[in-house]
Order: sequence, then structure tokens, then C-alpha cells
Amino acid sequence: MTDPKATLMDPEMMNRALSRIAHEIIERNKGVETVALVGIRRRGIPLAERLAAKLKEFEGKQVPVGTLDITLYRDDLTELHSVPQVHRSEVNFKLPGTVVILVDDVVYTGRTVRAALDALLDIGRPAAIQLAVLVDRGHRELPIRPDYVGKNVPTSKREVVEVHLNEVDGSDFVALYDLP
Amino acid sequence: MTGLKRKDILGLKDMSTEEMDLILHTAETMKDIMKRPIKKLPTLRGKSFVTLFYENSTRTAKSFEIAGKYLSADVTGIAIASSSVAKGETLKDTARNLEVMGIDAVVMRHPAGGAPHFLAERLKCSVINAGDGMHEHPTQGLLDMMTIREKKGSFKGLKVAIVGDIFHSRVARSNVYGLAKYGADIWLAGPSTMLPQGFEDMGVHVTTRVEEAMEGADVVNVLRLQLERQEKGLFPSVPEYHKFWGVNPARLKLAKTDALLMHPGPMNRGVEISTAVADGDQSVILEQVTNGVAVRMAILYLLLGGGDAA
Repeated sequence: MTDPKATLMDPEMMNRALSRIAHEIIERNKGVETVALVGIRRRGIPLAERLAAKLKEFEGKQVPVGTLDITLYRDDLTELHSVPQVHRSEVNFKLPGTVVILVDDVVYTGRTVRAALDALLDIGRPAAIQLAVLVDRGHRELPIRPDYVGKNVPTSKREVVEVHLNEVDGSDFVALYDLP
Repeated sequence: MTGLKRKDILGLKDMSTEEMDLILHTAETMKDIMKRPIKKLPTLRGKSFVTLFYENSTRTAKSFEIAGKYLSADVTGIAIASSSVAKGETLKDTARNLEVMGIDAVVMRHPAGGAPHFLAERLKCSVINAGDGMHEHPTQGLLDMMTIREKKGSFKGLKVAIVGDIFHSRVARSNVYGLAKYGADIWLAGPSTMLPQGFEDMGVHVTTRVEEAMEGADVVNVLRLQLERQEKGLFPSVPEYHKFWGVNPARLKLAKTDALLMHPGPMNRGVEISTAVADGDQSVILEQVTNGVAVRMAILYLLLGGGDAA
């Protein structure tokens, strides 16, 4: 990929956004007693873990964290030449009575979230599902709206938003690129 | 993107460790899904395949059907006895007719070695070998490997004893081709009339003494005595076969205390395997059956999941 057109978030901005989201989660759910986080593979997983650390810092309770691989639920498999590798989903807590907050790095068309909803509902029936994303870049193709947003970024469809995370990429920043 | 770069699954002889790793890794995820209350994925919705079995089968045919159903594929089983094959239709004509009905894959078992290869060259859709004559049974080889890896972690240096009627066994061949690529220490044991030539060239040990193969083994895979394939005189009698080559508690004691006892089924109890061993603590025979569904789900996903897989 070429050089970024613009840096959208630096490490401090990302950290502050996650702190604010954590506070919003606590406020909206009146604490975290019934809350669990589920990260969507792959960058949603470290983000879910960071949010869980913040919830523990603010509320003193470790919430369960799960992971979801949505590959088998994608609606574009038949448009791909070769199928993506499947990974395990790990949701090792009871879903009934739990408010699950799905966590992903970017929400764009909404199709990943749709697949994640189906994948999660096949595992069990949570009390409610909420959605937290670091970046909302618009251009939804499905009626899906995140409950918690780190940053809203107006983009063109010819652009790409990339979230880089320490745990996966070795550094923290969010940048905007032109599609090659 | 990491799908299999092939249209068909015909055998493990020409399959790379990367491909086998991908199938086994995918199968682990599929096994998780089998443990869920809702065992249904939308992944292969709108895809279809037929199971075309020219030989009897319960496990393999139903395992493919169940695997397909868990992935939402449409599965049609064809009973050869009540089909046009009984009227003399050739294999090629049968398969071509099925293909123009729009199916995405044929899962076939056939008494002739190479029959699936013959079809694979003539059909645009995928062909999955569910056992061809005395040649290969790749999905059985992979499910055996999945079972071993789950329990033992890896294959490198494991002593694997494959015991019984090696000559007629496509299960043995697929196991040898697969496991040898990972550096397992493979021992084949059976009556000398049932030990084929040529395996020594692959670094496989061949012996007529079951005890020698089982001594210190990590895995003991007992093959079914294929009573339907026996010509005269390969072994004196069934009781004598059991006495000299059957796996019983005394022989199993020669293997490591944590050795796995495997059998591809269907078992002839009291012939190649004693009931005490088949139902004993070391037996993973039913686990193999579970893993069979997971492996077949993985293969169906990897072959049929993409757009122009065929």
C-alpha cells in the first residue's frame, strides 16, 4: 500500500476514544454486571481486550471476552476465487441474560456485522447485542448502526481506512489511503 | 485467501503438507461447530453434491451427507442398486448426467482403483474420492491424522503401527502417504500374503510379526479383514488369523501405555480386533467417526465454498 493520505488517529486519540467508549458502555448498561465483549476477528479481538481492561480499571470487574470468526457466514463467498481460512470462534460464557457488545475496528458496508450477528445467534441467544467500533466510515449497505463509535470519518468509496494495532501490526494509528 | 488450489480430492499421495495442514486446521473449527446446540451453517447454501457409492458404506456415505447438511449444502444420495447403473449405464454417463443437473461435486466410492481420477478428468465439477478399490481413501487418512494430532500434538517421530490386511487396504495406503510426509515412523504388519511390495522404498517398516510393529508404538491402527475381497488361501482360517494377527489386550500391552487404538470400521469383532480392545480405554474409534464429519465439512467448504471452485 502507498503512503497514507492522512492520519486519522494517533495513539493518544485511539486511547481516549476507547476510554470514552468504555464509559459509555458502563453508563448505558448501568455497570458491567451483565456485559460481555466479543471481538470480531481479527482487529476486533485486541480492541475488545483493551476495552475489557478499561472496564476493569473503571468498574473493578473483569468482563468475559470472546472471539468470533465470521468467515463461514460471509455473504460474498461465492464471489471469491478461493475461500478464506476459517478460524475458531471462542465464546466460553453463557449468552442468555448477557448483553454482548460486538467489537470491530471499522464499520463500513455493515455486511461483516450482519455476518457476526448471525454467527453469534447460532451460538446462543444473548439478552441484547450492541456494537462498538473504533471508526465509522459510512457507506452502509444494510440497516446497521453502531452503538459506540470512536471516530466518525467521512470517506469516499475509493478510499481505504486502515486501523493499525500494536498487538497485530506493531504500532497504533488509523490512516486513510487511496485504493490502489 | 488460502483455499485449496485444486478441483478434486483424489488421494493423499499428491497432497502437500500445507494442504493437509489447511484441511486439518479447518476441521478443528468444524468440530467446534458440531458441539453447538445449533449445528447449521449457511456457508454452502445453494451448493449441491451427490454421493455415488458403488460399494456398501454406512459411515463414509452418511458422514459426507451429514457434513453437507451441517453446511447447508443440498445432498443427494444415490443407491446404485436402484439406479440406472443396474441397467448397464456407464460410470461416465451416470456422472455426466448428474453434472448437467447442476451439482457442484460428486463424492464417489468405487471398487476400481483410479475410477475417481477417470471422472475428475472428464467432469467440470469437483470429484471427492470416498475410497477407490485398493488404492486410496483420502478422507479416512485425514480423519485418522486429525485424531492422532489431536491426541499426540504432532506426527514427527511417532511410531504408528498399521496392522492387518495391508494389501487390500486403501485406508493403509492413504495413512502411509499422509503420515510419511510428516516424518512418522510407520510400521506395517500382517500375514506375508497381505503385505504388498514397495512400501520399504518410502522408509516404511514392513513385518509379518504384529508384536514387532506394536512394540513401543504410539498409535495402533487396526485394519478390517476385508472378508469380501479375499481370494483363497491368503490366510488359513478366521480363528487362526485372530490368533496370529488379531489385536488383543496382551498384544496392545506391547504398545506404549498411552497408545491410541484406532480402527476405520466396520469392525469384525473377534477377528482383527478383540472386543476388550475395541471397547477399552485406549480406543478412539468413535472419536475417529466424529472427526470424519469434521474433516468432510472442511473439505466441502474448501472445495465448494468459493465462487468458481469447479
